[in-house]
Amino acid sequence: MLILSCPNCGERNVSEFRFGGENSPRPQSPMAASEAEWAEYLYLRANKMEGVQVEWWYHQAGCGLWFLAERDWVANEVVRTYTWEGVCVASASETEAHDS
Amino acid sequence: MALKLIRQALNRHRPPPRMWRVQPLKKRYDVVIIGGGAHGLACAHYLAKDHGVTDVAVLEKSYIGSGGSGRNTAIIRANYLTPEGVRFYHQSVKLYEDLTGELDFNVMFSQRGHLTLAHTDGDVRTMRRRAEVNRLQGVDSRLVWPEELVRLCPLLDLSQHPRYPILAALYHPPGGIIRHDAVVWGYAHQADLGGAHIHQQTEVTDIDAGNGSTVQGVQTTRGYVETGTVLNATAGWGSTLAAMVGLELPMETFPLQACVTEPLKPFLDPVIVSGSLHVYVSQSDRGELVMGASIDPYASYSQDSSLDFLEGIAGHVLELFPFLGKARILRQWAGLCEMPPDFSPLMGKTPVGGFLLDVGWGTYGFKASPICGKTMAALIASGETPDLIAPFRLSRFAELDLVGEKGAASVGH
Repeated sequence: MLILSCPNCGERNVSEFRFGGENSPRPQSPMAASEAEWAEYLYLRANKMEGVQVEWWYHQAGCGLWFLAERDWVANEVVRTYTWEGVCVASASETEAHDS
Repeated sequence: MALKLIRQALNRHRPPPRMWRVQPLKKRYDVVIIGGGAHGLACAHYLAKDHGVTDVAVLEKSYIGSGGSGRNTAIIRANYLTPEGVRFYHQSVKLYEDLTGELDFNVMFSQRGHLTLAHTDGDVRTMRRRAEVNRLQGVDSRLVWPEELVRLCPLLDLSQHPRYPILAALYHPPGGIIRHDAVVWGYAHQADLGGAHIHQQTEVTDIDAGNGSTVQGVQTTRGYVETGTVLNATAGWGSTLAAMVGLELPMETFPLQACVTEPLKPFLDPVIVSGSLHVYVSQSDRGELVMGASIDPYASYSQDSSLDFLEGIAGHVLELFPFLGKARILRQWAGLCEMPPDFSPLMGKTPVGGFLLDVGWGTYGFKASPICGKTMAALIASGETPDLIAPFRLSRFAELDLVGEKGAASVGH
């Protein structure tokens, strides 16, 4: 089962989280953005079959934080997670390496 | 039928001819359909039958019906929520009703009725609204209360004991189940007779869109095929194929799991659906209970089965039928669903000339197969988008004119 590392709470089972979809950057200047740019931000997704995707997750049964995760779609592993400010949290394997 | 049997018995050429033939891959086709499922094969059939377009190739990366067409729970219904959706699926049900004759192949369509359960006051209100929308579109659908539910489905637990007691249901008599493999094979048979070439084990690896404006051909694992029209009729890989012509589509791919129990004595006539419990269950002709639930909690292209799903669905089915506690699960599988944000499909033209879409079929694709084939065939033959599918155009997202189909199965709402 997929394990995610919440930036606040640490490693938890996927069933504690809610998937928030692929990350899609907001238009740089919202007031000037055209309808097509808004539609792209709101709806269009790469939906790639392989590779690492940056996506949103919500720690529903925990601290209530929305954070970003990089997930490898083929291996079905979360590579790393971080808060929206870009504060990176080491992945499970990296944490273990530091401890030892 | 009897005459046919006798003729076959006297026929020296045995075994009987195949349902569809293996043809050589030509260098050029007028129309290339990617995806050998019910949608793509139906399109090939109606292209030949309705429009006389016979230079058609159906390219399938595995065997036909190996994707969504063979992985769904075979439920047919038209009781959706939006007028656009109801109109569309109503035409599909009508085509399904005549399909056995049309394909000369028994698709075993059993219109045993379809019940969508309401567990809260909010549910009852939604069902009432759906019933009214359905009736306005000429679809037989009405709200029924527990007095009638007891007659329609005597073994359903209508007591106040469950966590979600049943208050009412949306009853849709024309809904039912079908043999989904037969639909695929029947369409393949007729498409083959009509002149289309069905190429299995032929994966499209790239689409040649020239300078990005018009389709020139497709690259497959068996060589290059020149064509001016490509229909993307895949389920799960729609975004992957669209990316080959530089298009990004508004959808994400999620797995959807289903399972069947061991065969039981016939006890369940209608199809039972519960949105609150995220479950739909019907009893097949063999007596197996065919059960499906909601899409997996996060997007992926995985077709693995999970214990999470099995535990969840078992709990939910036991709320409806507590006596099934000892029934055993026979098998479990997963299929891929492309979920657009408004739960309505993406059909029709794209900014790339000759590249057409019939994707984004989420959890509702199989039941739309005949009408998708018919309307996409009309679009390919005439170049004009039929009114029935105009609301599902790709440009609706840029125009912010979405079709919010909350009557779709297994979407969290």
